[in-house]
Amino acid sequence: MPASPLFNPADLIRFLPEIILTAMGTLIMVLDPLLDRRESKVYGTLSLAALAAAIVAAAYAYSWPGPAFGGMLIVDGFATFFRVLVLGVGILTILPSFSFLKRQQAETSEFHALLLFSIAGQSIMAAANDLIIIFIGLEISSIASYILAGYLRDDKRANEAALKYFLLGSFATGFFLYGVALIYGETGSINLSVVRGVVAGPGAPWPVMVGLAASLMFVGLAFKVSASPFQIWAPDVYQGAPTPVSAFLSAGPKAAAFAIFLRIFMTAFAPIGDAWAPLVWASALLSMTIGNFAALLQTNVKRMLAYSSIAHAGYVMVALAARSEIGTAAVMFYLAAYACMNVGAFAVVSYLSGKEERYQSIDDFAGLAQKQPFIAAMLSIFLLSLIGVPLTGGFFGKFYIFKAALESHLVWLTVLGLLNSAVAAYYYLRLLVMMYFREPGDAASSAEPLTPAFSAALILPAIGTLFLGIFPGWVLDFAGRSASLVK
Amino acid sequence: MNLLLLVLVLPAAGFLIALALPRSSPASSRYWALGISLVTFIASLALIGWFDRSLAGDQFTVDRLWISSPEIRFHIAADGVSVWLVLLSTFLTPICVLISWNSIQNRAKEFYAFLLLLECGLVGVFLAQDLFLFYVFWEVSLVPMYFLIGIWGHERRIYAAVKFFLYTMAGSVLMLAAIIYLYNRAGTFGYAAILDQLSSGRLAFTPYEQMLLFLAFFVAFAIKVPLFPLHTWLPDAHVEAPTAGSVMLASVMLKMGTFGILHYALPLFPSAARRCAPWIAVLAIIGIIYGALVAMVQPNMKKLVAYSSVSHLGFVVLGIFSFTQLGLDGAVYQMLNHGITTGALFVLVGLMYERRHSLAIEDYGGVATAAPWLSTVFLITTLASIGLPLLNNFVGEFLVLQGTALANFKWAIWAALGVILSACYMLWMYQRVFYGELKEAVRSHLPDLNLREWAVVVPLIAMMVWMGVYSKSFLDPVGKTTARVLEQTQVHVGERVDLRMPLRTEVSRAR
Repeated sequence: MPASPLFNPADLIRFLPEIILTAMGTLIMVLDPLLDRRESKVYGTLSLAALAAAIVAAAYAYSWPGPAFGGMLIVDGFATFFRVLVLGVGILTILPSFSFLKRQQAETSEFHALLLFSIAGQSIMAAANDLIIIFIGLEISSIASYILAGYLRDDKRANEAALKYFLLGSFATGFFLYGVALIYGETGSINLSVVRGVVAGPGAPWPVMVGLAASLMFVGLAFKVSASPFQIWAPDVYQGAPTPVSAFLSAGPKAAAFAIFLRIFMTAFAPIGDAWAPLVWASALLSMTIGNFAALLQTNVKRMLAYSSIAHAGYVMVALAARSEIGTAAVMFYLAAYACMNVGAFAVVSYLSGKEERYQSIDDFAGLAQKQPFIAAMLSIFLLSLIGVPLTGGFFGKFYIFKAALESHLVWLTVLGLLNSAVAAYYYLRLLVMMYFREPGDAASSAEPLTPAFSAALILPAIGTLFLGIFPGWVLDFAGRSASLVK
Repeated sequence: MNLLLLVLVLPAAGFLIALALPRSSPASSRYWALGISLVTFIASLALIGWFDRSLAGDQFTVDRLWISSPEIRFHIAADGVSVWLVLLSTFLTPICVLISWNSIQNRAKEFYAFLLLLECGLVGVFLAQDLFLFYVFWEVSLVPMYFLIGIWGHERRIYAAVKFFLYTMAGSVLMLAAIIYLYNRAGTFGYAAILDQLSSGRLAFTPYEQMLLFLAFFVAFAIKVPLFPLHTWLPDAHVEAPTAGSVMLASVMLKMGTFGILHYALPLFPSAARRCAPWIAVLAIIGIIYGALVAMVQPNMKKLVAYSSVSHLGFVVLGIFSFTQLGLDGAVYQMLNHGITTGALFVLVGLMYERRHSLAIEDYGGVATAAPWLSTVFLITTLASIGLPLLNNFVGEFLVLQGTALANFKWAIWAALGVILSACYMLWMYQRVFYGELKEAVRSHLPDLNLREWAVVVPLIAMMVWMGVYSKSFLDPVGKTTARVLEQTQVHVGERVDLRMPLRTEVSRAR
């Protein structure tokens, strides 16, 4: 541990991605009154540059691995993986927002500033090694997301979404904070490694209190990843929020929340794993089943994707239930694949939905393949990946998850999960049916031409999905090397 | 370049290039698909030529690392059974291109691209030697067929396509669970390595474990075959698919199931397979008779042929679960025969549909007068399908029945009933469609075969005769491989069978 932690230059390097994002977010807010409002593209471009710089910084920070600020943050492979993931999701959110914001005639500066702050929060979550820092990251990320969900302030649904998200989210954070307080009271520390040592060591605190703390944190985190039985908010929020924000919410905050989920439960609470494993088991099964069966009934695409994202949270919980390093690596791989395919699918929805997001029904996708063969082909890749067809990232993600689960002898969870994924095929196929087997309707015919930024927003995740599906080894090797969280 | 790899890569490359061809010129896609599928066919002929018939083992092996952790290898090889199934796929693909020449006008580019992707998937399923790779090809072949049925099919195409996809998917996820379980126990996806561990006793399953794993594999395969009562997707898919889709589905895709049973389910889980054999045989016999009876009452020609597939595939399954050399040989031969004969029937029904725009038997009558050559070709195919000596199905059915009789004489009696019934429904259909009063609509709408159509049917008829007259040229390599399968099966059976089910004495004699 360095003698003067605050001014250790290495610490600053390890914190560089967050510094860049925060500085750029602040700069955008300062620029807003100075620049002409119509210069909308400036903010988007600046944000993209900041995110790209932050990715480079995250990669650079990885060459200086270790704890920062007296062990409050830690830069390791795991943190770097999730940092790059949430930053990448940020880029994929901003690319389709150019035309989206223009079409909705929304202001751009706050949107981008809030997005950058939210991502900074997630990036902190990815690298946090201390319950208070985790909480701070969670709050920075969440508060910015609450506002983003209601960004179209004249839209009733967006307002409803934001309010719901805010109220329920605050409760969930409250639960989490109770858990943190209990742990501090019982163990006298908020550092995860120290907590682990106390929980596992001789003279461990009363297990009921630790278990209670773990369950309270579980409630808070299950809410953030929209896992059952704390998923109720997700469909309303994803449907009501502006589509690029829905895409962002379904990937970025979720990935960061899973990162701290793993960090806390695989280090601090690993010694009492037998106690919390049934919770995760049940939550995984419930999320998969509720998500998939409810998605079968939806007619609104955003709502359907919301339920599908609940189901996918369930798949990830299966890997958590495995409680092994292979399981951790599977979570990391799956979240990367999921980010690509889900953000891509939402991008297509935002492209098609038109002004005031009129076209959101599954029927509006009718005949898209005839009018817009490129877009339809891209969406097909994302959907096939969500189904889990081989040669896509989604397939390998599921494969690694269920492989990890079987290695931990979760045979029934695996069988039920795989059957669930067969059920899920049905509602994704409905979209494919619409696009390819039906005659074109209004939405497909009235779609505007593609901008280069938008094409990039489709092609990048499609490449990611196929890359993870054909050459999964590269990402999986990295995930496998970074999966041991106990230092 | 390895010849086997070439046969696999050519259709894949053809698919990618077909995607890049201009949408405005359907002719370019047609010629490209025909050209590449013919080249693939020639390459697979060379495969047969260089195939060493004296060996029972895998040939033309390509084995490269694909993914390092967990180790998944791109490992393909051909044996005496798969080499014929590959040839069947590559033989039928150019035929499918030719029969779609005029009938597919809408989005022709995508149609031919999907057809080539399907060919690649099918060839891959037969060649994969790594369980994971097998699963990848198994699922990949599902996607193009889904689109072929859903885009270019008839009225209820969407229902049929979704049903087809979901049925297969439901079965195959269980197989995936079993494959992962096998990996966790054996530490490898390599099929040969797993078999090696099984035979050396390093890997052993409890009877309960083995039964669950066997069922997970078997249900996936049985859905694909399809075995009664999992067959209900088949009539829908066959009837609604475009002709090329029906041909590929019936002739090759159903064989994925029977090939899977023969190649994977039996050698991996021999004692479970044997314990289930009586039940499966009964289901196969029910399928044979039920399929035939339902076929008999169909007013729709395509549906009749579809149900006849259920009946014929019952023979294949019965032959496999007789556990005799004759039965297995017959089953493999019947897989090939069914591919040729039923493929030809779908082609011919498709040609009639193109002319008369109806599949209903009652809309025809007197076709023999209007189109004598078409009728002759149809008659030969019909006779082949009902198992007339000197035509192909006779050999296969005879071997299956003989093998079954060795295992259990009662099964053979019931199955033979299916042969008689097949004569009933096929000939009755032929009589109603081709003889009788010549209807005006038939006279004006049914010209005889043109040159392109002759090019399609002549190879099919030639194969029916060749396979019926000189089966030796096909059965030699088949026999080597089926003997190996039996050997793999019996070795393990000998170790465990003593507990629950005594070996039938007839079976031992047959060996």
